[in-house]
Amino acid sequence: MNMLGGDPLLSGQVDLAVVLIVLLKVVGVFAFLLVATMLMIWFERKVVGDFQNRVGPNTAGPFGILQTLADGIKFFFKEDLIPDRAERRVFILAPLLTVVPAFLLFTIVPFGGDFSNGHDGSVELFGHTTYLQLADPSIGILFALAMSSIAVYGVMLAGWSSGSKYPLIGSVRASAQMVSYEAALGLSVCAVVLTTGTLSTHGIVMAQAGSGWGGFIPHWNLIAAGFVPFVVFLLASQAELNRPPFDLVEAEQELVGSYHTEYSSIRFALFFVAEFMNSVTMAAIIVTLFLGGPAGPALLGPGWLWGIIWFLLKMTAFLFLFVWVRSTLPRVRYDQLMDLGWKVLIPLSLGWLLLLATFWVARDQHWNGFVTVAIGAVVGLTGYGLLKAAIATSKARRLEGVVD
Amino acid sequence: METAVFIVCALIVLAGGLGVVSSRNPVHAALSLIATLFGIAVLFLNLGAELLAVVQVIVYTGAIVVLILFVMMLLGVDSEEDLETEPLVGQRLLAGLVGLLFLGAILAIIIIGKESIVTGSHSVTSAISPTVSNITQIGTELFTTYVFPLEVTAGLLTIAVVGAVVLSRRPRDLEPIPEPESMTDMGDEPLTAIPEEGAH
Repeated sequence: MNMLGGDPLLSGQVDLAVVLIVLLKVVGVFAFLLVATMLMIWFERKVVGDFQNRVGPNTAGPFGILQTLADGIKFFFKEDLIPDRAERRVFILAPLLTVVPAFLLFTIVPFGGDFSNGHDGSVELFGHTTYLQLADPSIGILFALAMSSIAVYGVMLAGWSSGSKYPLIGSVRASAQMVSYEAALGLSVCAVVLTTGTLSTHGIVMAQAGSGWGGFIPHWNLIAAGFVPFVVFLLASQAELNRPPFDLVEAEQELVGSYHTEYSSIRFALFFVAEFMNSVTMAAIIVTLFLGGPAGPALLGPGWLWGIIWFLLKMTAFLFLFVWVRSTLPRVRYDQLMDLGWKVLIPLSLGWLLLLATFWVARDQHWNGFVTVAIGAVVGLTGYGLLKAAIATSKARRLEGVVD
Repeated sequence: METAVFIVCALIVLAGGLGVVSSRNPVHAALSLIATLFGIAVLFLNLGAELLAVVQVIVYTGAIVVLILFVMMLLGVDSEEDLETEPLVGQRLLAGLVGLLFLGAILAIIIIGKESIVTGSHSVTSAISPTVSNITQIGTELFTTYVFPLEVTAGLLTIAVVGAVVLSRRPRDLEPIPEPESMTDMGDEPLTAIPEEGAH
């Protein structure tokens, strides 16, 4: 059973203590994710409030921090409506299909561990050595791609089963958008995998740990894979999350509330929670892939504590960035969204992936690095020119009316 | 443990398969198909083929069935079709007969073969090396031994994509179909739709 992968906890004999530690980690991750989601909802409302010169939630608890809890309890006591024309079984199933992948996605994220001074990220927990992540399967980051690709079902089926126009339009938009951006997302993950040489999330973090170039520039994939995959991943993840400026799925002015228009009570709350939970997880995955996850120097005190501190700091920075983007940028048009996905992000990440591959082959074969990269760049630019020419030609022909 | 997982997954796969053929609503059939594909993914995991399991979920569950559902929603196939008419005469009977024959063949193999169908020898499809992770093994094999078939497949897929684009963007007829009279502005009458007979 190497399903849970490289975790040293499971390499020895599996006794009761090991099972209990795994259970403890499951409960810990579950609780962390719920609390983080709750705080994220509060954080987003509060920060957007600040951006718009309002106060934001301020009544429940200190700084209104318990507002989400109050809303959640309220949702429990609301009437649970199922529309007359809804497809009953699928209607009930859809919110669950959204929440479950959101929870599972976090299982592969390393959220702590001692990576300082050349340690391998393992910590001692009740006399057993283990990683601070729920599972470290050898398929690693592919699991995240799998979960994000099935997350679309919840949205799709919710829209279809509502038996109503706006939800259906919203869900068709959502599935088109998510399928389009998955390609760019996957290609930028490929660049990271190519750079680190492993799929395991722990391995990816390990490859980025250490003192780095010149002793102070961290060995992050943000730099090691070039800046491009990071930018592509960031943009594609926002589209994948249906967050502004790519939130055409729930454009209120056009679609009322999109796929969850007909949902109320706790079923709506499930969609809402899943949306924010996905934001938290996506931030965690970006941190893992590009910013070294919990890796960082231990400044004072035990190393394992600094792992968690670095992880939370980096994640919060990204969550703030998400909220910042949301409160600043207007929503893009649908054709702009599709153009960005298909004509910019996919060719860009594909070209960059080929360039990176050329670079690594050149290093393996001891070719002249500069010449190889220069030739690669020329080939890439030629390809880009051809693509541009093809798009321009097709546009001209369309204007002439030769083709549809 | 392995057997227990197998039994649960096999039940899910079979139930999903039955659901695909017996659901009257196409979306329910697609959902059953998802259950089947997931069951198969877990079976792959059970056999230690992690990469296949994930590829199964990403490609089949995450892309192909999504596209199937997408087309259903776009075309609005939510009304229940008339399932009583048979496009081929007597296809129900024939399908049942073929199914029975297939079942009989499998049962016959098991009954005639007795113990000899379980040879106990290593399967030829097992891992080449038990220590190296199967992702590494598949990757190495794909890009060394099977690099030519891989490239040919890639070329074939590219041709298919280009072909689909070319076919869907056929040149228009050189003479465009004239627009109906009522839709063009003749200049001497207000541009209003002519009320159809019997409307309202």
